[in-house]
Amino acid sequence: MPSSSSSGATAPFADPASSALSEAAALPVQQAAVWEPFLPWMVVLLPLLGFVANGLLALVSATRSAAAVRAGGTEDSLSLDGGRPRTHRWPTYIGPGVMIAAFLLAIVNFAGMLGADLHEPVVAGPYWTWLATSSLRIDVALHLDQLSMIMMLVVTGVGSLIHVFSVGYMRDDPGYPRYFAYLNLFVFFMLVLVLGAGYPLMFVGWEGVGLCSYLLIGYWFADREKADAGKKAFIVNRIGDFGFLLAMFLLFDNIGALDFVSVFEGAEAAFSDNRALVTTATLLFMLGAAGKSAQVPLHVWLPDAMAGPTPVSALIHAATMVTAGVYVIARSSALFALAPASQAVVAGIGALTALLAATIALRQYDIKKVLAYSTVSQLGFMFLAAGVGAYTAAVFHLVTHAFFKALLFLGAGAVIHSLHHAFHETGSKADAQDMRNMGGLRAKMPVTWAVMGIATLAIAGVWPLAGFFSKDEIIWYAGAWAGAPGNANGSWYVVFWVVALATALLTAFYMTRLMVMTFHGRSRLGDAEQRHVHDSPWVMRAPLIVLAVLSVAGGLLNVPESLRVLVFGAAPFEWLHHWLEPVTHAAAEIQVAGMGEAAHQSPVGGGELTWALISTVAALAVVGGAFAVLRKRLYRTAAEDADPRTGLALALERKWYFDEAYDRAVVRPVLALSRWCWKIVDGIVIDGFVNLAAALARLAGWTTSLFHTGQVNTYAFVLALGVLAVLGAVYLP
Amino acid sequence: MTDVLFVLFAVVALGGAAGVVLGRSPVASLLFMVATLASVAGIFVLLEAHFLAAVQVMVYAGAIMVLFLFVIMLLNLGHDYRADLKFGLWSLLALSVSGLTGGLLWTFLADPVPAGALGGAAASAIDAAVAEKGAVGAIADPLFTDYVVAFELTGLLLLVAIVAAVVLAKPRSGEEQEC
Amino acid sequence: MLTYALPLSAALFAIGTLGVVVRRNAIVMFLCIELQLNAVNLAFVALSRQVGIEGQLFVFFVMTVAAAEAAVGLAIIIAVFRHQRTVQVDRFNLLRW
Repeated sequence: MPSSSSSGATAPFADPASSALSEAAALPVQQAAVWEPFLPWMVVLLPLLGFVANGLLALVSATRSAAAVRAGGTEDSLSLDGGRPRTHRWPTYIGPGVMIAAFLLAIVNFAGMLGADLHEPVVAGPYWTWLATSSLRIDVALHLDQLSMIMMLVVTGVGSLIHVFSVGYMRDDPGYPRYFAYLNLFVFFMLVLVLGAGYPLMFVGWEGVGLCSYLLIGYWFADREKADAGKKAFIVNRIGDFGFLLAMFLLFDNIGALDFVSVFEGAEAAFSDNRALVTTATLLFMLGAAGKSAQVPLHVWLPDAMAGPTPVSALIHAATMVTAGVYVIARSSALFALAPASQAVVAGIGALTALLAATIALRQYDIKKVLAYSTVSQLGFMFLAAGVGAYTAAVFHLVTHAFFKALLFLGAGAVIHSLHHAFHETGSKADAQDMRNMGGLRAKMPVTWAVMGIATLAIAGVWPLAGFFSKDEIIWYAGAWAGAPGNANGSWYVVFWVVALATALLTAFYMTRLMVMTFHGRSRLGDAEQRHVHDSPWVMRAPLIVLAVLSVAGGLLNVPESLRVLVFGAAPFEWLHHWLEPVTHAAAEIQVAGMGEAAHQSPVGGGELTWALISTVAALAVVGGAFAVLRKRLYRTAAEDADPRTGLALALERKWYFDEAYDRAVVRPVLALSRWCWKIVDGIVIDGFVNLAAALARLAGWTTSLFHTGQVNTYAFVLALGVLAVLGAVYLP
Repeated sequence: MTDVLFVLFAVVALGGAAGVVLGRSPVASLLFMVATLASVAGIFVLLEAHFLAAVQVMVYAGAIMVLFLFVIMLLNLGHDYRADLKFGLWSLLALSVSGLTGGLLWTFLADPVPAGALGGAAASAIDAAVAEKGAVGAIADPLFTDYVVAFELTGLLLLVAIVAAVVLAKPRSGEEQEC
Repeated sequence: MLTYALPLSAALFAIGTLGVVVRRNAIVMFLCIELQLNAVNLAFVALSRQVGIEGQLFVFFVMTVAAAEAAVGLAIIIAVFRHQRTVQVDRFNLLRW
């Protein structure tokens, strides 16, 4: 841990416990140093405006499609024949336009913050008060600090690229404006999530991205399987949301506020004599994070989420939304640092997820499923980093992963797009996502091959690409903290370290397999199809190239001092670490106070440089070995591949039977209970009561209808009888 | 003298009332009613309510009853009637209920009346007011001071009633004009 | 004997009630209602010696109501007669279930 003195020297108020005197003296300086964010609300608002505009176009388009379908046509005939209607031309400019504008604004703000030497978060707003009760007051404000700035840049930057890519990918889809409306709405909610100045506002974004994820997974809702995948994602996420909500309640109960500034200031005092409470709260946050970030045992929704369009998988299910869990933990680092048990759980879940997902990815044939499990695995790495207190490493990996995984998904999207087109032209019914139907595409799609190759090497952790630095840092910290003198869970950390190393090698293997099956070897396409396969248009190719550059250079964000020799001193040393220090130093101090300094060696000895060299050599060896072996293998197409799997292969192909287990343990009992409630509780008991009430009312009506003779005299008689009764009651007693 | 007159009026009023109920023709019932109203007006006189007695004769026995008679004539019900009074179980039931009601009221009302009905707590005040302002003035004075709002509202009520009567009785356009 | 004005009123009211219940001719039923109103008037006048001139004032108001009721009621009878050609209320059972 570098000391805070180097960054603190420039600012007189770096020490939060400075005396009142020095504070008063520093006040004018502080005011001069305060950074005014430039239109931060505009960054959030722009995607929302895009959503509104695209949503209106989508409504117009949908109305016209419905009219066309009623008139006997098909939905597709509207957009594809006779030129593109305006509803399908404008989103091309609106969707990516608002994103690029938001990205530029984010850069302006980033530059401002870069020059401001900021040590405290800047809260923009409050713009209005959302809720105000006696003790709870929730303002709508934006929390701008180094962490949210990084997230804002990633979301708008990668989001812009993916929006541009989508213009090409979704060009021929009849729901084009609806797609961009959802995508813009997603970005809006994602920005609310990362910028909201408190847990409730974060929860709004949290739920909002969940909604958009649901909408986009089930984007082709006419396909039952895809609509079901959307529902699965939504329902599994509810479990996590329940944890998030309970954690919020616990925090409010103990601290009395929910905005970040108050919570982190009050946390240590509020939980000082009851560590069990903060452990519970953080574990509940972990439940929420596990749901959103697809960690074991809530990971089952993410692979199914690949039913959505591929750019959606890249943006939501790889680069941004699924990293929200990591963001929550990094944001709440001050709380997690107070609960070492929770940290160990986070690290353990992360390591387990990384390993399980990596093993499953070994035997998947759907190109997007491989990438999905790879995403789950890499998210596991990020959780592992957060769990061992290396928040910088977690965020670092989040950023680099956003680059190379978005690139991988978009590259896969380019392949699928091309193959889909080819199969469509030739009328083939083959699955355009199944790698068994690919092979030998390198010659047809050289650019796609090149960028995906770069991304593969990056994720495999080959020097000097982005993944090498970020992943190596995670593995290093897992091992280094295992050796911390005060770490009660040290032996577990050793296990995490070994698992992380093993998973890194598995990653290198399954990614090489993906590359080989897709781009190398014998082509398993028919001759007719081969003529239609080609690289993507420039609107799709350009984002790929930009992301490829980022995947190469992203690692320079945070080069540790000991590895500086590997980049020949070209990068500022540990830039991201210093940048994030104002956010993470509180947690780091608590952790160092609890465990002592991290060891400067791995559990089995050796410094950071040594292990970095070992890991990159191992990764290269795995990549090279796998490439050499797999390239010669003769894969069969999906239709011909009917061999029954046995043993481990079957278990991996069935994804360790998670879905089957949940089906037996949860889905079927719930269905049975629901059926019982329906047939017995609703059908007999509740309907019985309702029918009984109806029967009673009918009986009463029939009885009283006997008095309803229609004869005025009878009524007069009954009236007289009533008068008599009243008189008697009043007078006789 | 008063007692004799009271008994006479009471007998005529009761007899007239019985006649209203028992009369076969509506016209007969109406004439019996006139007799009852006139007798009650006489009792009003005995009770020193001279103005009301006059109003009773003019408005009730005069105007309202003539209105009834007019409707009977208009609808030509004078001779074309049905014997609608059947002496059966229904009549017995009605008789017992109305008898019980009357009996209860009788006991109820007989109780607070002082020995001399013309005496009583407010008798002297009323007599003084009548002596000072005359029979009309004694009623008119509170009517136009304390109860003026209620009085104006009765005017409104009558207006509404007149409009309602016109609307109800007027044949709708397109309907055959028969009566 | 004037003390019997109130019992006389009770008797007249009872006879009116009987008439409303047993007669089926709408006109006669109306007459019986007038009879009931008159019985009440009689009670008001008799009690005014006890409680003040307000008793007589109320008779005035009752007469107004009676006049209004007679006007509207007779108009209804005319309207009904126009459709049913009769004023026997046992023929009007449209309100029956």
